[in-house]
Order: sequence, then C-alpha cells, then structure tokens
Amino acid sequence: MTDAPAPAPKPDGQPPDKAPDKPGIGRRLYLMIAALGEPVIKGIVEMGDIVLFTGRVLFWLPRRPFRWSETLRHVRDIGFGSLFIVVLTGFFTGLVFGLQTLVGFKRFGAEAMVGPATLISLAREMGPVLTALMVAGRSGSGMATELGTMRVTEQIDALSTMAVEPIQYLVVPRVVAATLMLPMLASIYTGCGFLGSYLMTVVREGVDPGVFMYETWNILDPPDFYEGYIKAAFFGAQVALISCYKGFNTSGGARGVGEAATAAVVMSSVSVLVGTYVITELLQPLLQGYIYFNALPK
Amino acid sequence: MTGFDDDKTVPDQPAPTNPALDAITPETAVMPERPPYAVEVKELRKTFGTREVLKGINLQIEKGSVAVVLGGSGMGKSVLMKHMIGLLKPTSGSVLIDGEDITKLGPLELKRVRSKFGMVFQQAALFDSMTNYDNVAFPLREHRKDMSVAQIDERVRYLMNLFSLDPDILGPRFPSEISGGQRKRVGLARAVALEPTIVLYDEPTTGLDPITTDQVDEMILQAKQSLGITSIVISHDIASAFKIADQILFVFEGEIVVRGSKEDCLASEHPFVKQFFATWTAKNA
Ligand SMILES: Nc1ncnc2c1ncn2[C@@H]1O[C@H](COP(=O)(O)OP(=O)(O)OP(=O)(O)O)[C@@H](O)[C@H]1O
Ligand SMILES: [Mg+2]
Repeated sequence: MTDAPAPAPKPDGQPPDKAPDKPGIGRRLYLMIAALGEPVIKGIVEMGDIVLFTGRVLFWLPRRPFRWSETLRHVRDIGFGSLFIVVLTGFFTGLVFGLQTLVGFKRFGAEAMVGPATLISLAREMGPVLTALMVAGRSGSGMATELGTMRVTEQIDALSTMAVEPIQYLVVPRVVAATLMLPMLASIYTGCGFLGSYLMTVVREGVDPGVFMYETWNILDPPDFYEGYIKAAFFGAQVALISCYKGFNTSGGARGVGEAATAAVVMSSVSVLVGTYVITELLQPLLQGYIYFNALPK
Repeated sequence: MTGFDDDKTVPDQPAPTNPALDAITPETAVMPERPPYAVEVKELRKTFGTREVLKGINLQIEKGSVAVVLGGSGMGKSVLMKHMIGLLKPTSGSVLIDGEDITKLGPLELKRVRSKFGMVFQQAALFDSMTNYDNVAFPLREHRKDMSVAQIDERVRYLMNLFSLDPDILGPRFPSEISGGQRKRVGLARAVALEPTIVLYDEPTTGLDPITTDQVDEMILQAKQSLGITSIVISHDIASAFKIADQILFVFEGEIVVRGSKEDCLASEHPFVKQFFATWTAKNA
C-alpha cells in the first residue's frame, strides 16, 4: 500500500497545504447507495445459496442408504424434546387468546363464537407458526451449533473423506425429522390451546359448554386443519434447512459457531413469519376449491 | 476437439525417472501409455478471497510409493492435500486420481473416488459425539455391510492395538476424554480401517512420542511393501521424512520448489530450503 505517497506534513507540524478531498455529492450518493445495496445483495446471494443447498438435500434425499437411526434420533430430539414447551406455550396461548377474544366478542354479543374463532386461528395459523418458532429456538439453534462445530473441527470434511456424504448423513435426517414432527407438534399445540380457551371461556367465564362445542363443530371445516398441517410441514423443512445451511457454512471457530446459531434462529423465524403469508395466499384457492367440491350436491 | 489434438500422444509433462520405464525403448514398448499415477496434480491454483495460496502446483505420485510433503508453516501443504481428495475445489488446474480428473466429477462419482482414500487430519477431526471405538468402527459400519458385528469388533480391536490404544480402556471413552496424541492415533486407526489404496496423512506424528512416531513410520512402510498402498505424508519431522520418502515435495509459498530425493533437498540452492535444512542439520549435529 505504498504506491500513493501521502502528502508529507510540514516539518513545523502544520497540516499539509492541501486539505484531503471531500467527496463530491455524486460520490457521496454513490457511497450511500452502495452501503444500502450491499446487505440487499448479500441477502439475495444467501437466498440463492439456500435454494442450492435445498437442491443438494433433495438430490441426496431419495438415495440409499436412508439413515433410519439418525432420523429416529432427530425425531426424538425434535418431537419429544419440544413436547413440553409446546404443551406449555400452547396452553397459555389458549388461555389468553380465549380471554381476549371473549372480551372483544362480548361487545357484540357473540360469546358463543369464541370456540370456533380460537380454534380456527390456532389450527390455521397460530399452532403452526408458534410451534415453528419454538422449534427454531430450540432445535434450530441446536442444529446450527452442532453442524457448525463439526464444520470448524473438520468433522464434516472427515465424513466426506470416508465417502459418506455429509448432506445425506447430517442434513437429510434432520430435515425429514423436522418435516414429520412439526405437524404433530402443531396439532398438540392447537389441542392444548383449545383446551386453554375452553377452560377460560367455559369454566371461568361461564359460557355455555354445549354452545361452545356446538358452534365449534358447526363452523370448522377439515381444510382448516389441513392448512395447518401443510404449513407446519413446510415450516419444519424451512427451519431445518436454514439451520443446517447456517451450520454447514460456519467458519471461524467458536465465535463463528455462535454467530451461526444466532443467525439460524433469526433467519428461520423470519422465514416462518414471511412464509406463512405466502403459503396462506397459495393455499386459499386450493382449499376453497376443496370446500366447494365437497359442498356440491352428490 | 480437433483431430490434431488427438494425434498428440506425447505427454506434456516429463515423466519422473523410473528405471523400469526408462528401460523401455519406443521400439520395445507394447503399451504406448504408461499406467496412470496414483495422484497427479497439474497447474493447480487456489485463491481464497484475494490471497493466492497455491500458485501452480505440478506433481506426480507413483502408485505404491511414499511421498512426503515438507515446507514451512502456512505455506499451503494442508490446502494442497485437501485438493487431492476433493475437499476443496481449485480455482484452476486439475487433480488426477488414477488418471481421473476429480475436479470435474459430480457428487456421486466423487464419492466413489473417495472410497479409495483414507485421510488423517492435522487436528484428528474425530467425531466428538461418538466414542473412540465407534470412531474407528464408523467407516467399517458404513462400507462393509458384509462384515458381522463380531468381525467389525475384531477389526477395531486389531486397529486400536496396532496404534497402542487399549480398546477396553480408551474405546468406550469419548475423544474429549483422551490426550491429543491418543486422538491422533485414533484418527490414524480410523483412516486405515478400510485399507484404502491411497492414504493422506496431514502431520500424522506431530505430537507423538519418538517411539510411536517410529511405529507410524514403520506402518507406512509396511503398508507400502505388503499392500502396495500409496501414502502422502505432510510432515515437519525431517528425519522420518528421509527415512520413508520415495519422493520429497518441498512446498514454499504455494509452489513446489524441490521435487526429488533427500540429496536433491540437501543440494537445493533455494534460500528457504537451504535455511530449512541447515537449521535442522545444526540441531542434529
Ligand atoms: N479456508 C481457508 N480460507 C482462507 N485461507 C485459508 C483457508 N485455508 C487455509 N488458508 C490459508 O492458506 C495458507 C496455507 O494454509 P495450510 O493450512 O495449507 O498451511 P500448512 O502448510 O498446512 O501449514 P502448517 O504446517 O502450519 O499446517 C495459510 O496461510 C492459511 O491462512
Ligand atoms: Mg497444515
């Protein structure tokens, strides 16, 4: 870095004659756009990388050997390991959700509708989304940490040298397990939430239990639940893929692993919240069509 | 491809001296092509970001020979070795394993080529979620579906004993619960478990006591003599390098500056190589 000599200061300590150039307005505008553009470009590049990573996972998914024992281990880790927090958060979500809905619905005398209202939003939206956020926080960070540590200690490279494909051995089982487990966890979340809302509205606030259950039964459709299952499965895959991607591309030791874990949780949570909107929009026509065909006279 | 290119049968690279091959005159030669090298690297370049770590590496390693890679720290030895097994993709150039360019292979073919290899990592790279026993058994369980549990057990015990590791005491422990030198030896046992035809050793004896170091050297020679295994060894131990090497490759700042025998190394005029061996000779005087 010696090709452009700096203007030498005068011997008496005075600053050099010419003040350093202030960037012009055009240059400053350019720098501003560049500063804004860099994270955007990085984000787009990373999204492309995740798509490629997903492609690699799909490439190895149907190939033998299928890792049954690894997959079962992660089914246990993700499914059983998250059960307690899912039950707990589901129940409390239901309690507060029942209470708040009741407050609102009372204003126009629709107490009877609290049951279906809570169940529809739990089954279609809150169950899958909040379960996915729980799993992202619990299992997603775990996946990124484990794979990240394996990456920086060259264990992933060691797998490759033993002619064992790391994607197939490490990532596919996690993605499969998360995709299978999330719909189940989301159903449990929804069930616990509904129980909470029942306790709150019927047992504590005295809404008639028959009306509560009748309206729920009457108004809910199977597609409300299908939508939840589909979403949850997508979120499971999404959280596992993003977390594994982050772990897989870790660099730089303990700090790198920590950053990967944080980034995995943040990115998968954001992707769940954005993804739920996209999936909802895409699913509406399909599920509406389903309702329509079922309603046709036989 | 034009027809003219195909006419070119003379290889670009001068073949290294091999008396058996030199004896064959163009008239007596029946096979026009020599058997492929176990490992051949051509014009290999690798850049990390803006930093060029490998600057045009050329080398050939005969089947069934031992090549030792020497050189200062941070000169690119480990990076070079990782290219040989396809862990890193070169910026340009090619790596031929048994005549097959692995830089152009897809994931499935690369997996097939890698089953010829074993590799010992500089930092052992043991699976820390498995016991030492399971680490050694892992490649066998993955690739030897024909072996029964008892056969695998027998083989794991044999391998651990080979590197002076007690399978009953150290086997059930985890890699975090044994010493650095023991980890290294577990890594060695794991790397040779499948009897690969090419074994890459990244500083196999750094951190081992002189007796174990000697055992590892013996094992490398033994593997070459009895099984014809090709070994590529990165080492900082010059004495053992001279003992085991058929060919020494001296890496300096991403280039191979000396290629040849012990004598070639000691006679080299390259200032770094000179200093490298002068320091060593002075210490051993
Ligand atoms: N993944 C990487 N990203 C960026 N730079 C790297 C990477 N891997 C290695 N390098 C750089 O390449 C150079 C060569 O590294 P290498 O590990 O090959 O050294 P070495 O010759 O094996 O040294 P030692 O004898 O100390 O193990 C080093 O300067 C290192 O900083
Ligand atoms: Mg090294």
